[in-house]
Amino acid sequence: MSNKPVPRVRVPANAKKDELIEIKTLISHEMESGQRKDSAGATIPRKIINTFTAVFNGKTVFEATWHPAISANPYQSFFYKAAESGEFTFQWKDDDGSVYETKAKLTVA
Amino acid sequence: MTSLSAVSRRDALCLTAAAIALAPGLARADVAAVEAELKKLYGDKKAGSGKIKIDVPQIAENGLVVPINVEVESPMTEADHVKAVHVFADGNPLPGIASFRFTPACGKAAASTRMRLAQSQNIVAIAEMADGSLFSTKSEVKVTIGGCGG
Repeated sequence: MSNKPVPRVRVPANAKKDELIEIKTLISHEMESGQRKDSAGATIPRKIINTFTAVFNGKTVFEATWHPAISANPYQSFFYKAAESGEFTFQWKDDDGSVYETKAKLTVA
Repeated sequence: MTSLSAVSRRDALCLTAAAIALAPGLARADVAAVEAELKKLYGDKKAGSGKIKIDVPQIAENGLVVPINVEVESPMTEADHVKAVHVFADGNPLPGIASFRFTPACGKAAASTRMRLAQSQNIVAIAEMADGSLFSTKSEVKVTIGGCGG
């Protein structure tokens, strides 16, 4: 019944050189902790997004490892010091091996 | 609100909810589990205080979604930057919450996310700097309704 996770990111379209920009990301995902039990008393297996990566022009900028204690529909924000124009690639890695990806362009004046 | 009988209906409900949340004998991480995790990462190395700051609400009404922001003072240059920040909780079934890996390109060592907390507990964060030094801090969150139901 789970729908395909939908990532959403907020990156400013333009920034001045050396400006600090905050990047906010959100992805829809139930983040099943592996701690809950179903009505029959069986443990519901863990299924979370365990890694989030932000890459800018091929270089990793920020990475987060998430444990089951991260809330459903995980939110992550971080900063980037605008150095050059280019494109962000954001990746979320699921326990089941799927990778969800989205991109965002940034123009540095 | 001076006598016991003046406990409002709402308070009574909250108390009941808290009692239910605490009732099942779930395995919980504790201070020792957090220390074991730290030891796994950094051995016996001592962490200094200062530089690192965690922002969490003092009282979280809903343990399922508790915002957390960590920030470390650092110029974030190639020579002097924050490499990683690890966040742990001592009252959850598992001690780990999240690890953040920063690079000089971040410009600022700060990150926010949202976590689940099963009960009132301490949040511990440790920062590893480029030169290998460690800084840690701790903050208490009181949770009204735990986030580990099911």
